[in-house]
Amino acid sequence: MCLGVPGRIIEIEKTMAKVDVAGFLREISLDLCPDVSVGEYVLIHTGFAIQKVDEEDAKETLELLKKMVQAI
Amino acid sequence: MKFVDEFRIQEIAKGLIERIKKASTKPVQLMEVCGTHTVSIFRYGIRGLLPEQIRLISGPGCPVCVTPNSDIDLAIALCRQKDVILTTFGDMMKVPGSTSSLQKEKAEGKDIRIIYSSLEVLRIAKENPEKKVVFFAIGFETTSPTIAVAILRTKEMGIPNLFFLNSQKRIPPALYALLQLRQVKINGLILPGHVSTILGKAPYQFISKEFSIPAVITGFEPLDILQGIWMLVRQIEENRSEIEIQYKRIVKEEGNLVAQAKIDEVFEKADGHWRGIGRIPESGYRFKEAFQTMDARAFDVEVEPSKEHPECLCGEVLQGIKIPLECRLFKKVCHPENPIGPCMVSIEGTCHTFFKYQ
Repeated sequence: MCLGVPGRIIEIEKTMAKVDVAGFLREISLDLCPDVSVGEYVLIHTGFAIQKVDEEDAKETLELLKKMVQAI
Repeated sequence: MKFVDEFRIQEIAKGLIERIKKASTKPVQLMEVCGTHTVSIFRYGIRGLLPEQIRLISGPGCPVCVTPNSDIDLAIALCRQKDVILTTFGDMMKVPGSTSSLQKEKAEGKDIRIIYSSLEVLRIAKENPEKKVVFFAIGFETTSPTIAVAILRTKEMGIPNLFFLNSQKRIPPALYALLQLRQVKINGLILPGHVSTILGKAPYQFISKEFSIPAVITGFEPLDILQGIWMLVRQIEENRSEIEIQYKRIVKEEGNLVAQAKIDEVFEKADGHWRGIGRIPESGYRFKEAFQTMDARAFDVEVEPSKEHPECLCGEVLQGIKIPLECRLFKKVCHPENPIGPCMVSIEGTCHTFFKYQ
């Protein structure tokens, strides 16, 4: 039930946005995540963006993991 | 970056498992609270990759599974009214009530519609002004703000024929109840990433402060889960009990404040009834006064007395006390085609996941 998928914002119109989710175009609500721009990624749950995906944090986590693994 | 495949790289996973093996010196039991985690853990075979002394147990985090029979019976009673269209998320259709299910009722001709997003109920209500549209609203904090938005929109648009059968649940009070019972030894908690996207860290502080148990808010890809487990093992080995965030690309310390405000605008905390566990203080929501006219519980319908299969162990499975293999019904009588309890219905139910992957 608590599934969420990342999608990239293609177009914003008032409180709705068109997003690209793994190549599929979907329309979602931005009511819960209003502060976003075209090109950014959001996490989508039951047709709503519920949070912006933080690209910097994602990169940082992956870098940390790579370093951890290399250090073994 | 697509934020999916990058977190499935096998080489890093192998390295993380090595790290976990090196760091772990004693037997521990970790609970994954969320059903979406349970599915990921089984899908990627994570249980089998961990050292034997790290045991993962599944918790109560499946909203379909914890919906009490009495609410399903009420939804069934409502859909039997001639002027009602019942709407709900797909997962609820097969869940058996005391003597029927929404799927059986639909097959018999009742107007029941599966929706993907809570906003769809607004359209259904507008297109059917002569009917009462009832949304059987289940979910944890991930879903609650989306339901709150639908309720706020209903009021703004003045839609008179849309009602909500609210059966939502709150995760932190359920965890409190579970830890207080002390029926299962829990050395660490893998906290749900998407519930925490809304809530942030603050509502979980009691886990470390009152119970001295470490907890990590964790994402759902294999590398997320392995890193979450590694962070827990490290806390345990270092005798720390903190609430940490592994899933930093999504979860912020304070959570989603806009979503929290929507929930607060519509709902106030109330006791919740959890299947197999019972009443848990403040683990649910009720409507604030301004929205009570939309409460489908006020409908005057006759609901059958609620009863559950006496041998179904869903209640114990939801609390991590028993595993599905200990249930006499599992696989023999109870399977996805003929589910006896909700844990076999929901694709995130522990019994369903065991059936599919074990």
